[in-house]
Amino acid sequence: MDRSAAFDQLREAAVEVLHVDASAVTEDARFKEDLDADSLALIEFVMALEERFDITVPEEELDGVTKVGQALDLVMAKLPASA
Amino acid sequence: MTVVAPRPRARPAARPASPPTRLPFRIGGLGAAIPGGRLTNADLAARVDTSDSWIVERTGIRERRVVGAGQATSDLAAAAAFAALADAGVGPDAIDALLVATCTPDMPLPSTASFVARTLGVRCAALDLTAACAGWVYGLVTAAGLLVSGVSSSTLLVGAEVLSQWMDPTDRTTLPLFGDGAAAAVLVAGEGPTGPGLVAWDLGVDPDACDLLTVPAGGSRRPATADTVAAGDHYMKMQGREVFRRAVRTVESSCQTVLHDAGVPASAVALFVPHQANARIVDAILPRIGLTAAQTMVNIDRYGNTSAASIPLALCEAAAAGRLAEGDLVLLAGFGAGMTWGTALLRWGYTGSGPASPRSLPA
Repeated sequence: MDRSAAFDQLREAAVEVLHVDASAVTEDARFKEDLDADSLALIEFVMALEERFDITVPEEELDGVTKVGQALDLVMAKLPASA
Repeated sequence: MTVVAPRPRARPAARPASPPTRLPFRIGGLGAAIPGGRLTNADLAARVDTSDSWIVERTGIRERRVVGAGQATSDLAAAAAFAALADAGVGPDAIDALLVATCTPDMPLPSTASFVARTLGVRCAALDLTAACAGWVYGLVTAAGLLVSGVSSSTLLVGAEVLSQWMDPTDRTTLPLFGDGAAAAVLVAGEGPTGPGLVAWDLGVDPDACDLLTVPAGGSRRPATADTVAAGDHYMKMQGREVFRRAVRTVESSCQTVLHDAGVPASAVALFVPHQANARIVDAILPRIGLTAAQTMVNIDRYGNTSAASIPLALCEAAAAGRLAEGDLVLLAGFGAGMTWGTALLRWGYTGSGPASPRSLPA
C-alpha cells in the first residue's frame, strides 16, 4: 500500500474516532492542539489503525507521536513491503 | 460467526420473541450502601497536580465516596445486604448461601463474608469471590449455577469494595479513579426456560495481562514488611493505557460472543450496564457493539470505579429509576485485574418492592 492510500485510510479512521472533519486531518495536524484529541482519544485512534491495517502498535511506540504524519510513519513502517 | 441482522428495537405490548433462559433465577430484592464521605475533584485538585476539568474529561467522574475511620468493606456489604433483604421482604434466615464479591477484604483472613454473616446473624454457606471488576458477574453466574443445581434456593450476592485504601496519595493517575461502595441482590430459584434468569454468559481471564493492574505487596508473593510499605507497594499500580486498550477490545469481543450465543442483536438489549471504570471506555465500546448511550446505565460520575460493587450499584439505581421492566434483556459487562472479564445477558425478573436509593452511611 502506498503512502497516499494509507493516508486515506488513516484520515477515515480519524474522522470516525476523533469526530473531526476530513479537511482538518493533514500530515502536519497536531492531535492535541488541532484535532482536540487527548491521550485517550489517541489510544482509541491507534486501536482503529491497528484494526484497519492489521498491524500491532505496542503502546510504548505512541510516546512522542504528536502529529498525524508521525502516526502515518508508524503505520507505513509496519505495513508489509510491496512485492 | 453468523451475524444476526439488526432489527428496529420496539417497546412492544406483547412479550417479544426471545431466546430461552438457560439458568433461571429471579431477583427478589436489590439494595445498595455507600459511605457518607465524599471526595470531590476539587478535593483532589488540592492534593495532587490535577483539575476538575481534566478528571471529568478523561474519566467522567465528578466525585467518589470514601470510607471514614471505622468503616470497612463488610460494613458496606452488610448494609447493602440488609437493604436487599428488606426490598425482598425477607429476613436473613431466608438465605442459604452468602457470596461476597470483593477484592478488598476487611482482612486477609477471615473472609469478608464471615463478618457479613456475623452482622446478619446467619450461619449458611458463606464465601468471598475475587475476580476484581468482573467479580459480581462471576458471582451472578456462580449463584445461578447454585440455584439451578439446588445447592441453594436463595442466594445473597453482594459486591462490596473499599478501594480508597489502595490509593497512593501521590499518584494522580489512579487517585481520581476509584471509590468505595456496596450493592446486593437476593436471588431465588426461577421458573424455567421462558422465565427470568441468565440467557447467555461469557467468563474468562487473560493471564498474559496479570501484571497490568496489581497491588504487589501484602500477600504470599511479597509479604508486607516495613520496606514494602516504605516503597508504597501496598498501593495499586496500573498501566492505564494498556488496560484501556484491553478493556475496550475484551468487552467488545465478550459482548459480541454473548449476543451471538443468545441469538439477539444489540438493538434488543433494553439496558446495558457496563462496569463503571471510566466513561471514556464505555464511550469507546458502545459503537463497537452497536449500542447507544440511551441504552446504557452510567453512574460513574457520582461513585467512580467501585470494582465488584459497580455493576450491582448501577443495576440498583437503574431499577430504582424505573429503567427496567419485566422481561427486558439486560447486558452486564465487567472487566478487571487478572485480567478477568465477565459478561452476562439476563432476562429481567424482579419481585422486590422497589429498591431504595443507595443508603449513605455516615462515618
